[in-house]
Amino acid sequence: MTAVTIIITVLGITASLALYRVIFGPTPWDRLIAVNLISSKVVMIMVAAAVFFERRIYLDVALVYAIIGFVSIIAISKFLESEDTDKK
Amino acid sequence: MIAYLFIFLGLVLMFFGTLGIIRFPDIYTRLQTSSKCDAAGAVMLLVGLMVREGLDSLSLRILIILVFLLLTNPVASHAIARSAATRGIKPWRKKK
Repeated sequence: MTAVTIIITVLGITASLALYRVIFGPTPWDRLIAVNLISSKVVMIMVAAAVFFERRIYLDVALVYAIIGFVSIIAISKFLESEDTDKK
Repeated sequence: MIAYLFIFLGLVLMFFGTLGIIRFPDIYTRLQTSSKCDAAGAVMLLVGLMVREGLDSLSLRILIILVFLLLTNPVASHAIARSAATRGIKPWRKKK
């Protein structure tokens, strides 16, 4: 049971727990919050894998994943903010 | 040793942030725990990984990712809260 196993396991289990809010969330904003959290945790997993497995390319993948997650969160929240879309 | 202490604190913050996402009753309270989990947990975990790696080009890239997460996570949380408040989501009140 090495350190990287513990880190990736804990982050994966907490991401799966946040997936509950994605599936059963009452409003679209709850789902958006949980998706934001899962995206942040995937970035953490990639950085941990890059440090412990000596794979430097994972850091670039993590940075691009963070950028895409941020842009998608901003776009979806702007889409939900506009009045002419449906409520759900 | 210091590195693993930071990583342990980051994992604890991540776990309690996710617990708050599941247990809290409202969008805004969930957003508060999610924001704390993103900011504090991510900073703790990435600083721990940087300390373990030492002064290197890899730790410099981790620092870039950390600064990017610190800049973008509050902006994303604020955008979600503003969108929910514009569409008329009321904050949660305890039932009398």
